[in-house]
Formats: sequence, structure tokens, C-alpha cells
Amino acid sequence: MSNFLEVKDLKVAFPVEAGVVHAVNGLSFNLEAGKSLGIVGESGSGKSVTSLAIMGLLKESSAQVSGQINLDGQDLIAASENDMRKIRSTKISMIFQDSLAALHPYFRVGKQIAEVYKAHNNVSKAEAKKRAIEMLDRVGIPEPDKRFSDYPHQFSGGMRQRAMIAMALVCNPKFLIADEPTTALDVTVQAQILELLKSVQKEFNTSIIFITHDLGVISEFADDVLVMYAGRAVEKGSVVEVLTKPQHPYSWGLLSSIPDLDSHVNKFNSIPGTPPSMLKLASGCAFEPRCEFKSNVAGGKCASQLPELHSLAESPTQEARCFLSDADRKRLLTPRQFAGN
Amino acid sequence: MFKYFIKRTATAVVLLFVVVFVTFGLFMAVPADPAKLSCGKTCSEETKANIRHAMEIDLPFTTQYTRFVKGLFVDRYYNKGSQQPRKCEAPCLGFSFRTDENVTDVLQRRAPTTFSLALGASLIWLIGGVLLGMVSALRRGKTVDKVVQSFALFFSSLQIYLIGWVVSLYFVIKHHIIPTPTYVSPFESVSKWAAGMLLPWLTLALISMAGYARLTRAGMLETLSEDYVRTARSNGLKKGRVQFKHALRGAITPIITIFGLDLGALMGGAVITESTFGLKGIGTLSLEAVYELDLPLIIGTVIFGAFFIIMANLIVDMLYAALDPKVRITK
Repeated sequence: MSNFLEVKDLKVAFPVEAGVVHAVNGLSFNLEAGKSLGIVGESGSGKSVTSLAIMGLLKESSAQVSGQINLDGQDLIAASENDMRKIRSTKISMIFQDSLAALHPYFRVGKQIAEVYKAHNNVSKAEAKKRAIEMLDRVGIPEPDKRFSDYPHQFSGGMRQRAMIAMALVCNPKFLIADEPTTALDVTVQAQILELLKSVQKEFNTSIIFITHDLGVISEFADDVLVMYAGRAVEKGSVVEVLTKPQHPYSWGLLSSIPDLDSHVNKFNSIPGTPPSMLKLASGCAFEPRCEFKSNVAGGKCASQLPELHSLAESPTQEARCFLSDADRKRLLTPRQFAGN
Repeated sequence: MFKYFIKRTATAVVLLFVVVFVTFGLFMAVPADPAKLSCGKTCSEETKANIRHAMEIDLPFTTQYTRFVKGLFVDRYYNKGSQQPRKCEAPCLGFSFRTDENVTDVLQRRAPTTFSLALGASLIWLIGGVLLGMVSALRRGKTVDKVVQSFALFFSSLQIYLIGWVVSLYFVIKHHIIPTPTYVSPFESVSKWAAGMLLPWLTLALISMAGYARLTRAGMLETLSEDYVRTARSNGLKKGRVQFKHALRGAITPIITIFGLDLGALMGGAVITESTFGLKGIGTLSLEAVYELDLPLIIGTVIFGAFFIIMANLIVDMLYAALDPKVRITK
């Protein structure tokens, strides 16, 4: 049982009026206990849907979920809603992006946390309250016994996100999904929240999936990175590998669009084009229309055939979904001095 | 919060005075001779003058108005200083032209019927409407939802005087399942009170319930897709708790608001329902007053109704503040 979480060939589709939106198309990854995985990708790449699928929050919606999600050997996709309910918060928790919307505006923050603890533990109201105050204290809310009775709107953005973390960890889950937890915060608060997440991860030995589009955050936080594009993993590897030696044109493009503060060129690099419609899946590589290196692959193979996610000869722990030859990759996807680390 | 409370109460009081002034002013503008109305066509001019004097309607408008307003707060004596001053206890609304009865007494006698009707019916439609709306929202697009929606549309299109008579005919006259609607004081017998009010309650509730079901459905559909409901689910809370506590709490505010206003309006008299079922409440009283041009009674019923509508508005505003912590804390 080396893998704590194992996602195998996860597919999520949403039937809509215009057809079927293929949000996630065969995603596989593993996460070991105590490690953290960063999932990067632009809006609509399927990162949030993946996390909702893991939490089982797509059950009871119109979404069609297939594949396997194994948590400690239990298949979460096959699990009943009632089993899922018991797993949530005790084994997996989730932190959402917009803490103001994610906390109930009409209930006191402390009570919301206590409610979660009480739902999963046979404890009295007073004990649940004590636990909630303890957690508020742990995540660095000053005067937690007083703040217990505050409403979400009386908290600052950073404090709300701290309270969300307290709520997510109140039942001591071994697994945490953080869906863009710092996106709505200003940079200094962002750093504090990341610091807090790091310290609770160490303290509780929690595995964390960190979903973001901020490569800087990933470089600070994650052990491994998964780059998603159009519902598929296009590159996987350790943070250092992916951020310094990207092996897929898309990750390379993402990294190249980080502005270089030292350069005096007032122009931002960007990836030309827009993400594809998820209503119709291309038969080839989803990134092909935007890829500036597709001519390096013979016979227009990129447009007709889907490349497999395969490990690479020179760095075996890193995987990419690209037809470019090793030599071409080495030549074209030149390592640059990227911002961040 | 306290300041807000004071401000709103003051506004309500001012509004009440405006209503009293306007009603009284309209009463003066009506070209009816109360003296003639109260003693008939054969009265001599002298008798009429005496009656006018006894009613104090021979005084100038401003005097009449100030005495009327004063009478709302302290006991009023008609023809004070004469040999037989007539006492009218506060709140005094005058005496009926027709029956010479104290208007306050008449209102007091008729009010319990209207209150019973209003409270019973509104409770049924509130609970029924919210439950139906919730079921509908939770089974969105399913058969249950469609059935509830169709029923809601059907009943809200019905009129009380139609459905009231149909159910009376069927349940009361033909099959004797439900007793004839009458008002029995609940202090006398609760079961007789409930049995007597059952049909009006159900009929009125059924018609109004539809609106509440639709309001709840819309509100629930909105809150069910809120992030905080997703949070509650992702925290592994039980389904019932997520739906009834977290989702419903987010949707209940507008429902409570409308409910307060509806209830307030109904307390001032349900004219159509009362006359359909032959109940002697405030609603039928105001009808009688209008038919007979019994001006003090008209004023009485109008002020009575206005009082409850204004009070309901006030209470709803307070409740709104109490229900929303953001309003509660900042105001």
C-alpha cells in the first residue's frame, strides 16, 4: 500500500444541451502518503472537476464519471453516497477558492467547524466547540474563543481561508485537496496561507493535492507536478524537473509566459490561440492547434493521433504526452532561467 | 441595530397617523348625511340637528380630527359639559351610525374570526408551500417536480369564490364530511374551533400555498448551487442537514418576508374568503360598513387593516435584520 491515492483513467463528462462536455478524459496519477501534488492548468482544463470527482461531489449530478479512484484500496467511484459521506472530512477534505462564498453566510464560523466535527464524532456540543476553538487556534486565528462566534463576513479574507483550513482538518483527514486556496488573496496573505498549509501538512502528515494555475505557488509547495490540458495530463514529474526542464510544448509555453523581472523587454510571451472546445474531442493531440513545434513531427501525426503519456529516456521519472523526438525536445524546449526558484 | 429599530418604529407611527388623517379626511368628503342615515327619512330638521350635535359632527373639521386622534389614546366624552356626556373608551373610533354600537367593540367582536382564519390558513400554506417547494427543488425536472409545479399553477389560477363554493358544495352540503364553516372560540372548544375553520383554512391555504411552493423552489434551486452548500456536502454532513439546515436557511429570508406581509394583510380582513364561507370577520364587517355607508365603521375597519399591514411591515423589517447577520451587526 505504497500509494495513498490512485486515480486510474478517470473520465468525467457532462451532458449539456449542445452535446457532451468532456471535462476529464482519462486522467491517471498516484499520490503517496505525506506528499503533495500540484495540478496546473488553465481554466477549463479539468482540474477542479477532477477534485470534485475525487470528493464524490459529482454523484447526484448529471455528470458521467468513469474510471477508478482508489483511496487506501477503496474505490471511491463505486462507493455509495452514504459511504462517501463518511469518508468526506474524515479521510479526504477539500478547501475551496472563494472562502466568502464557501462558508455559510448565516452561521457562525466556529459553529460551522464544530458541526463538521460533531457530524463525524460521537461528541457533545461542548466538546465539538472545544475542538473547533482548538483548530481555530491551530490555524492562527487570534482570540479563537471570541472569534468562534463571528460570522464569515466579520473575518478578513486570510482569516476566512484559515478557518476553511481548520474546518477541512477538524476530523484529521489524511488527504486534502486545496482548490486554488490562495487565488483570491493578496500576495502577503498568500504566503502566510501556504506557510500554514506546509506546517499542517508536516504536523498531520497529510497528503495534499494543490490545484492552481500559479506556477510560483507550485514551485513553493509541491513535490510533484501534473500539467493538465483539455482534461488530460500532458506532463508529469517532480517540481524541479518540470519547472526547469519542461518536456511538453504546453508546459514550456506556460513557463515561458512568466515575465522575467530582470529583462527590459516590455513584452509578455503568451501561448497563441485558445483552449479547445470540450464538446468535441480532437482525434489528435488537443494542444496541436496551438503548438508551435508541430511541424517538427512528420506527417501531421499530431493532428491525427493522440500521443501517449510516456516516460522519457533521459529523465525516467518525468512523463510527457508529445510526439517530439528526444533530440527535438532538448533543442526546442530550451531550459530558461524561469522566475520562482 | 437599536437605532435602526427606533427609526423603523418611528416611521411606522408616522405612517399610521397619515393613514388616520387620510381616512378621516375622506370620511368628511363623502356627501352623506349621517344624521339622515341614522334616523331615517322622516326625521325633522331639529332631530337631525340634535343627532349631529350628539355625534359631534357639527363641529369644524380640525376640531373633529383632533378629538378623533385624541380619542385613540384617551377616553373620549361626546358632548362633554352637557347633561349626558357619552363616554367612549380609548381607543375610541366612534359609534356606528346604524346600530349606535361602539366601533371598537364591534371590531373586537369580529376580529377573532379573522385572526383565526388568517393564522390557521397562513400556517398551513407556509409549511405546505415550503415543503412542496423543497421537494420540487430537490427533484428538479423529475415527475414529482412537474406534478407540484402543475398543481401550483392550477391552484394559484383558481379564485376563492369558485373553489370555495365547489368544496362547500361537495364536502359540506353533499357529503357532510366537513361541518359548515362557523367560528367557535378556541377557548370554548379547540376541536370545534378547528372543525369550524377547517374548510376556509384549507381553501385559502391551497390557493396561497402555490405561490410559496414556487418561491421556495426558486430559492432552493439557487442556494443548492451555492458554494456553501457544496462545502456542507464536502464536509460529509448528512443529506437532510445539508438540505434543511444549510440550503433552506439560505433561501428562507424572502419567504419569511412575503409571509409576514401576506399575514399582515390578511389580519386586516379576508373579504372574499369570509364572505364566501359566511364568516363574520373583519372582512365581511367592512363590506357591511360600505354597503350601509356606516362611516365610523368604515374608518374603523380601514384603520384596523392599516394597523396590521404597517405592523407586519415593521416586524418583517426587524425580522429581516435579525435573520441576516450582516444587517444585524452593521445597522
